[in-house]
Amino acid sequence: MALVSFFISGLLFGAGLIVSGLANPAKVQNFLDVAGTWDPSLALTMGAAVATTAIGYRFAWARKGPVFAERFQLPSRTDIDARLVAGAALFGIGWGLVGYCPGPALAALPIGGVATATFVAAMIGGMLVARFAATGTSTLPSRAAT
Amino acid sequence: MTIVEFTPVPALAGGVLIGLAATLMMATVGRIAGISGYLARLIPPVTAGDAAQSLLFLGGLVAAVVAWPFATGQPVAHSVTSSPVALVAGGLLVGFGSVVGNGCTSGHGVCGLARFSVRSLAAVVVFMSTAAATVFVARHILGG
Repeated sequence: MALVSFFISGLLFGAGLIVSGLANPAKVQNFLDVAGTWDPSLALTMGAAVATTAIGYRFAWARKGPVFAERFQLPSRTDIDARLVAGAALFGIGWGLVGYCPGPALAALPIGGVATATFVAAMIGGMLVARFAATGTSTLPSRAAT
Repeated sequence: MTIVEFTPVPALAGGVLIGLAATLMMATVGRIAGISGYLARLIPPVTAGDAAQSLLFLGGLVAAVVAWPFATGQPVAHSVTSSPVALVAGGLLVGFGSVVGNGCTSGHGVCGLARFSVRSLAAVVVFMSTAAATVFVARHILGG
């Protein structure tokens, strides 16, 4: 059952990307183009996603634990270090350059042709480089998602 | 500034769906729905359990796009205009940055902000700023 909920979460997330327009790099770039042809739609998407998640998390955490797992696994770090800032800065440049962040890029693989496949291959390459740079091997010390 | 193609209702509805996806993952398996994190867990060395979870979650994203036209009769809106060089550079930066910065638009932008994480807020402010600056330079200074 736990595995089924991973898949359903992915389906719902993907539907949200499609409905909102976040799956469309052209719309994302217009969202980021505050000085030009600005499309503010995705600000509403971010707001609605954060608000829904914030409320949903409170209901989820009101239980002793998750339904199909032993405990909640939350990132514990609270410090703002140079790696976080540098990583986020580089991430943003790449996001602005193309209009893809990781979810929309992966979701678009079946419809995006060579362009999407090129971006995803480069993205995985970038992840490999980051891991190698961090440790000298492909093992990352911290595997937290956030 | 010109406001174009403003679609508030689908934008809000899509955001709610993303929030429900993140909530479902937390309520059932107790995890953050961070897409770059799940993708990074598919890079060796991987455990069988991690691989199954990642493939199912990320497979769900892909399946949504495949199923969408059949379920709704509508195509998925999608347009990429970047040059091959920009695609490679953008992909490298997004992949590298998400691992070094421990998260992406989903992990920091949705789940982190919903947890009121100061670390995620910092990441979001930084990546939104550099993303907007990049579009500004590409479109209005270099004239893309």
